Amino acid sequence: MTQIPLPDPYQDTEEYWKAAREHRFIIQKCGDCGQAQFYPRGVCSHCLSSKLEWIEASGKATVYSCSVNYRAGHPGFAEKTPFVLAIVDLAEGPRMMTNIVNCDPESVRIGMAVQVCFDDVTDEVTLPMFEPA
Amino acid sequence: MDPSLLHRKVAIVGVAESDIGRVPHKSKFQLSAEASKKALDEAGLTKDDVDGVFTTIITEGGQFSSMMMAEYMGITPRYTDSTSIGGSSFVAYVEHAAMAIATGLCSVALICHGSTNISDRGGKAGPVSGASHIFGPAQFEEPYGVSTVGSYALAAARHMHEYGTTSEQLAEIAVATRHWASMNPLARMRDRITIEDVLNSRMIASPLHLLDCCLVTDAGGAVVLTSMERAKDLKKRPIAVLGTGEAHTHRMISQMPDLTQTAAKISGKLAFERAGVTHADIDVAEIYDSFTITVLLTLESLGFCKKGEGGAFVSGQRTAPGGDFPMNTQGGALSYTHPGMFGIFTVIEAVRQLRGECGPRQVPNAEVAIANGTGGVLSSTGTIILGRE
Repeated sequence: MTQIPLPDPYQDTEEYWKAAREHRFIIQKCGDCGQAQFYPRGVCSHCLSSKLEWIEASGKATVYSCSVNYRAGHPGFAEKTPFVLAIVDLAEGPRMMTNIVNCDPESVRIGMAVQVCFDDVTDEVTLPMFEPA
Repeated sequence: MDPSLLHRKVAIVGVAESDIGRVPHKSKFQLSAEASKKALDEAGLTKDDVDGVFTTIITEGGQFSSMMMAEYMGITPRYTDSTSIGGSSFVAYVEHAAMAIATGLCSVALICHGSTNISDRGGKAGPVSGASHIFGPAQFEEPYGVSTVGSYALAAARHMHEYGTTSEQLAEIAVATRHWASMNPLARMRDRITIEDVLNSRMIASPLHLLDCCLVTDAGGAVVLTSMERAKDLKKRPIAVLGTGEAHTHRMISQMPDLTQTAAKISGKLAFERAGVTHADIDVAEIYDSFTITVLLTLESLGFCKKGEGGAFVSGQRTAPGGDFPMNTQGGALSYTHPGMFGIFTVIEAVRQLRGECGPRQVPNAEVAIANGTGGVLSSTGTIILGRE
């Protein structure tokens, strides 16, 4: 079975992936303009400040859009089809891509309340995912 | 920008495609170069006249593309551009080339593209990168199985949710485009299809079916531009660049500000303002159709209808031959050809329609055309408005 593509953490993202391994879901908040952002960056995408703080996110989100994928692009997903590719609105504001799991793929709807869960893909990598709240 | 600055100053004087479809015996470099030769030939120019080269992704990894193709063809440009914003690049190059020609930075611009997309990968659409370890921001998408079709499906699902758009309405676009393709001997898929055929085709990523998706082919294309002054002495009727625009709003689909509106909202507005024409002036539209939803979002974003009304706009085969909005008249990326990046072919067909060269698929008295390229995952757009001189 081919492995799914995995993140290669770098300066901006090491903290995030380390926290995910510990089953904590953290995002960045700007110390200057106060806005939250996702994905993690070295600067705030709203005001370019470098004063970013990590905050524990609530893990609550709403499905902004979703699609049941019946065919794998990357071979690592061949055994996962059909799977739900989704973009969710985090309660803190930013959007992120994820999968909606632990439910019938066809039952996922836009506007559905979801909450974070964690998929330990390997010993080193845990992916935050979402499941129906 | 002063609308008069580029208005009718620059002309497209040569357009061509290479052998297209499945061309396993020719390299992508050869396809690009052969299209270039044909486009220069029809203008009555040679490669030695070319002093501006515009191309991208011809090399592995995409770097150094204009150097690679210029070297391959023995051209020494003094203006070079490998802007890489996806399939819209080749439409945006028209703006870049027009600016370079109008300011005297180059005199003959060659935009070229070649790809052996189907021969390289056996016709299978692949992952965004295919890598097993993802560096950079893409690591927040690829581990979730994102793909090009999956990204566009997210936009389609959201449009349906917000506006009640239906799969039948998206299918109207595929059916109309195939009708045009049936009139183009170069089109890869020429058998007419029905809305039911689209709805009954395999679901790839809901709500997009197989027939909502573009082809994967090999192809090359080329476009040659020069000043209007010089164009008048060349072999083909010059087609004037009236107005252009380009924009991008994001790279990754999860960062798209609004899944139901593309950067064509920006690039289209600029192109119309600079061209000094209105939507009612457009006789033929060539809209990059990577997926049916791409067309629907683009028509709305360009302002041909209000946001949310794209489904109604394309209903009743309005964009088909005989309809009152002729669109994608060569059969589009859905049915004619799609070598991974289609933008250049929207320009080629717009020019041919304005010259009146399209035979059975000719739109009568086409005087003003719009071409719109979309690149990435609804990320970037290039819009051009062309007119007969």
